[in-house]
Amino acid sequence: MVFLDFEKPLEKLYEQLEKIQQVGEEGDVDVSEMLAEIEQKIKVKKKEIYSNLTGWQKVQLSRHPERPYTLYYIEQLFKTFTELHGDRKFGDDKAIVGGLAKMNGDSMVIIGHQKGINTKMRQFRNFGMANPEGYRKALRLMKLAEKFDLPVVCFIDTPGAYPGIEAEERGQAEAIARNLFEMVQLKVPILCYVIGEGASGGALGIGVGDKVFMLENTWYSVISPESCSSILWRSWDYKEQAAEALKLTADHMFEFKLIDGIVKEPLGGAHVEPENMAKALKRHIKKEISLLKEMTPEDRIQARIDKYSNMGKFIEVEPTPEPIEENSNPEE
Amino acid sequence: MGWFKRLREGIQTATKFKKETPDGLWFQCNRCKETSTFKDFKENYLKCPKCAYHARIGSHDYFDLIFDKSYEELFIQYRSSDFLEFNDLSSYQTRIEKAIEKTELNDAISVATGTVMKKPLTIAAMDFSFIGGSMGSVVGEKIAKAIDFCLEYKTPLLIISKSGGARMMESAFSLMQMAKTSAKLTQLARAKIPYFSLLTDPTTGGVSASFAMLGDINFAEPEALIGFAGPRIIKESIKQELPEGFQSSEFLLDHGFLDFIVDREDLKSTIAKLMDYLLIKAI
Ligand SMILES: [Zn+2]
Repeated sequence: MVFLDFEKPLEKLYEQLEKIQQVGEEGDVDVSEMLAEIEQKIKVKKKEIYSNLTGWQKVQLSRHPERPYTLYYIEQLFKTFTELHGDRKFGDDKAIVGGLAKMNGDSMVIIGHQKGINTKMRQFRNFGMANPEGYRKALRLMKLAEKFDLPVVCFIDTPGAYPGIEAEERGQAEAIARNLFEMVQLKVPILCYVIGEGASGGALGIGVGDKVFMLENTWYSVISPESCSSILWRSWDYKEQAAEALKLTADHMFEFKLIDGIVKEPLGGAHVEPENMAKALKRHIKKEISLLKEMTPEDRIQARIDKYSNMGKFIEVEPTPEPIEENSNPEE
Repeated sequence: MGWFKRLREGIQTATKFKKETPDGLWFQCNRCKETSTFKDFKENYLKCPKCAYHARIGSHDYFDLIFDKSYEELFIQYRSSDFLEFNDLSSYQTRIEKAIEKTELNDAISVATGTVMKKPLTIAAMDFSFIGGSMGSVVGEKIAKAIDFCLEYKTPLLIISKSGGARMMESAFSLMQMAKTSAKLTQLARAKIPYFSLLTDPTTGGVSASFAMLGDINFAEPEALIGFAGPRIIKESIKQELPEGFQSSEFLLDHGFLDFIVDREDLKSTIAKLMDYLLIKAI
């Protein structure tokens, strides 16, 4: 087990639990009472820790090394899955995976950021940071879904779109912008789930949907807390403060009406009981897709436009009468 | 069509926020460092008279350069507010107030409508001087309102981008302005109303990755910095020097992301020509 800094009190309790179990296995003493007591203590401590997580602590949980990624959920959620590769223009991005899948007899297209599970795979997956061809592959699969009238499910989990020379040469900005534009008008239902990190345009590039949900311990923001700290505080040391200031948790995002709902995680995070997390997600997807299928494509598209048009907070001041002034155009 | 009528009759509501940049009688070039008179600078279409450098200018400078005699500024009532109570080294509220005071602008974008060689056009132009031209809720809303206006009055839209990206102090609200502006642009596209995107120095981050790259025609001023990630971030990420001319207008043209580069001197005639190709009629 990997313990995060704020989980350290639990680590001690688990160590005690292990020791008692060892004693029990040796068979001389009846440890059942002691076991029950320590398990109770763990339960209480867990509640205490996880019911009051700060923004930064949730960021840490969203990046937990044991946290399930897109391909894990795909394996758990779907009876069959066929991965489809490539953007048909340049190459195949390993940081975004996608393909055709079947759930309870229904076909769908699934797309998600993918992080690596070990050092080698993390490199292979480019830490979940997609290049333009990743976004273009995603769009190709969405168009495939549209052609055959299949719903699209997107899993978002990225520290950001990749900032590199080749990414710029191949038009990272255009690739993301194009996806935003096309996803708004896609005729089939789109469901999006933030399953880990939702950083900036890299997340939004596969994140425009009829309904967008966040798992309980994930975050969504215009910038990572670390980068925000480095730019606004001019130091890397204010990531905790930045995480608070950005109000990036699922609770905040739901309160702001920037997402449509939150999917509860098992106590301690999705990685503690990944199978249960996957089951909850499966139920959720099934229900939401059937709701979206009741709408006509035109209604869904209009509702998408209305939803995004309403995002934004500002104030309006009374317009004051303007003095009439001559335009000083040098040409005229 | 009330306002068109008023425009024809020569009644205009120019804004009190109009300001000539840079201030004063002298213009000092950021590139060649030479000094010229402001009059020469202005007569040279706000380019350095010595080296033709396209200085960073404001939204109202562009309105003056592009529109015929008169234009009307729209949607001036919107102001940013610090609804997240975002505090870093300064509070967002203070930043907003200081920016308004310093720039005499309402926010990082101004919208105006008028005519270009008698053809109707609505322009949304960004101001880098206002918190780095960053896009927050007000920028998104004013673009959305500009698009509604274009849909109602069937005028083409020109957005002049000049921005470091999304405004961090509005967090995910800023991020969602990318989706909002893109969603509104799909309405314009479905109505077959032309959208021209002019990218100027600099256009990066959430602005380049949304409306700035979505023009029917994407064009840029010479030597502008255009990209998704800023050069500093890329340099830190790959730990090597960036090639000469990387992320310049010319680089983007070469890689297929711009239709052409336009000299400021030809801006107005180019836009008029585009409108003519797309059969926009004079009023
Ligand atoms: Zn010069």
